[in-house]
Amino acid sequence: MSESVVDPDEVRHVADLARVDLDDDEVERFTEQFADILSYFETLDEVPEVEREAELTNVMRPDETHEGLSQDEALENAPDSEAGHFKGPKVS
Amino acid sequence: MATEYNAYISDETIEGADEGPLAGQTVAVKDNISTKGVQTTCGSSMLAGYVPPYDATVVERLTAAGATVPGKTNMDEFGMGTTTETSAYGPVENPAAPGHVPGGSSGGSAAVVAAGDADMALGTDTGGSIRCPAAFCGVVGIKPTYGLVSRYGLVAYANSLEQIGPIAPTVEEAAELLEVIAGPDEHDATTRDHEGATEGLADAADGDVDGLSIGVPTELVDGADEAVVETFWDAIDELETRGASYHEVDLPSVEHAVEAYYVIAMSEASSNLARFDGVRYGQSGGYEGNWNESFANAREDGFGEEVKRRVLLGTYALSAGYHDKYYKKAQDARAWVKQDFDSALDEADVLASPTMPIPPMEMGESLDDPLTMYLADANTTPVNLANLPAISVPAGETDDGLPVGLQLVGPAFGEKQLIRAGSALA
Repeated sequence: MSESVVDPDEVRHVADLARVDLDDDEVERFTEQFADILSYFETLDEVPEVEREAELTNVMRPDETHEGLSQDEALENAPDSEAGHFKGPKVS
Repeated sequence: MATEYNAYISDETIEGADEGPLAGQTVAVKDNISTKGVQTTCGSSMLAGYVPPYDATVVERLTAAGATVPGKTNMDEFGMGTTTETSAYGPVENPAAPGHVPGGSSGGSAAVVAAGDADMALGTDTGGSIRCPAAFCGVVGIKPTYGLVSRYGLVAYANSLEQIGPIAPTVEEAAELLEVIAGPDEHDATTRDHEGATEGLADAADGDVDGLSIGVPTELVDGADEAVVETFWDAIDELETRGASYHEVDLPSVEHAVEAYYVIAMSEASSNLARFDGVRYGQSGGYEGNWNESFANAREDGFGEEVKRRVLLGTYALSAGYHDKYYKKAQDARAWVKQDFDSALDEADVLASPTMPIPPMEMGESLDDPLTMYLADANTTPVNLANLPAISVPAGETDDGLPVGLQLVGPAFGEKQLIRAGSALA
């Protein structure tokens, strides 16, 4: 089993990709745990290549309009909204 | 209707129709299943106060069948856990084994059934989350074939693996509830109309195992705790005295099931949980500044540690350079597991193993070591990878009085076979 190298910078990088801020304690814990977990995942190397015969069928439906949520209902759970729109944080 | 073992997140009642096959019955619903007008949190602070504007298909079906929903049950956050200790609303205690965990992630659902606070309950099973708590709480749980039950309105954790299913005191009651919720749904294109799969399920609970051929995968028994194995064989003996026979089978692929399951589930979770940014729903935290940083702060506040761990590991497994190494290999393992089960089920009617390799853990024991907790899912995850149905029935107790579950796995849409065999025991 090859040793997987996980350092705190890598954990921060992945957290950045996933848009999850971490505090220093979490980075430290995750660095340690990810090394264990990823080296366990590496046993997947022993899995042979397998012919995958997926028996899948596309499910189609007619493209018709249906009653959906009203604008008010769709906005009901939004922390912030303005003039019938979701309102998010500033882009810049 | 709050319980001393913390099994409900909310106890708002949803009344069912006056008549129907479930009239007069209470069916508790796991808190990751959408209930119109009633808070649905998934056990997460992120969704505190979230009130779905529509009902999940299963909720529509069970209230139309006359069931009353007495509350929404506590669960591991977004279904991520094996003990129901990762909930933002506190851990659930096992009413059948005080001081111990109820199993997870549908721990609240199994607990209310075990304590008799609800007649039945709905759980969800992505890698064992119905069967594990059923086993730990000494009740019955069914993980249906992928595609038997609609997932519309279920807040997604890992779409390709999960199914909603029943938890009940007996196999017959679980089958009754399954019969009500099963069947195709135009809102979920992965449901299938398999002939005969949804009728006569409850009638199949006749306990007739005469001539039943049981395969026992050695890989799923060998690694288990001694007390669990002993109880398991006692249950197989009981089935034998009633006319069943067993033989051992080899499933070499299942040695890789846990890692394949976690790679796939975490990868799907990292994508599914991207929607929780605190804009359309959820908690925004009101952060200002760069929007990516605002989202990262909201998600830091809203998600618990196990959720962050899985989102990050899933992001890692899908990131450039690692996709082939982890995700692609996990898909190979998934196909291999499926082939193994299919050939074992050519030679047997059902496959039997302990549901969980260990008895219920003590509360607080497993949180510090995520990998050990993942490994407890060794016997349940292969079934989700193979899209097959499985049932957990009480097999007895260890000498210390801890419940042990027997898992039976059947062919796709072979729920009746499982119900018939399982009803010989509970």
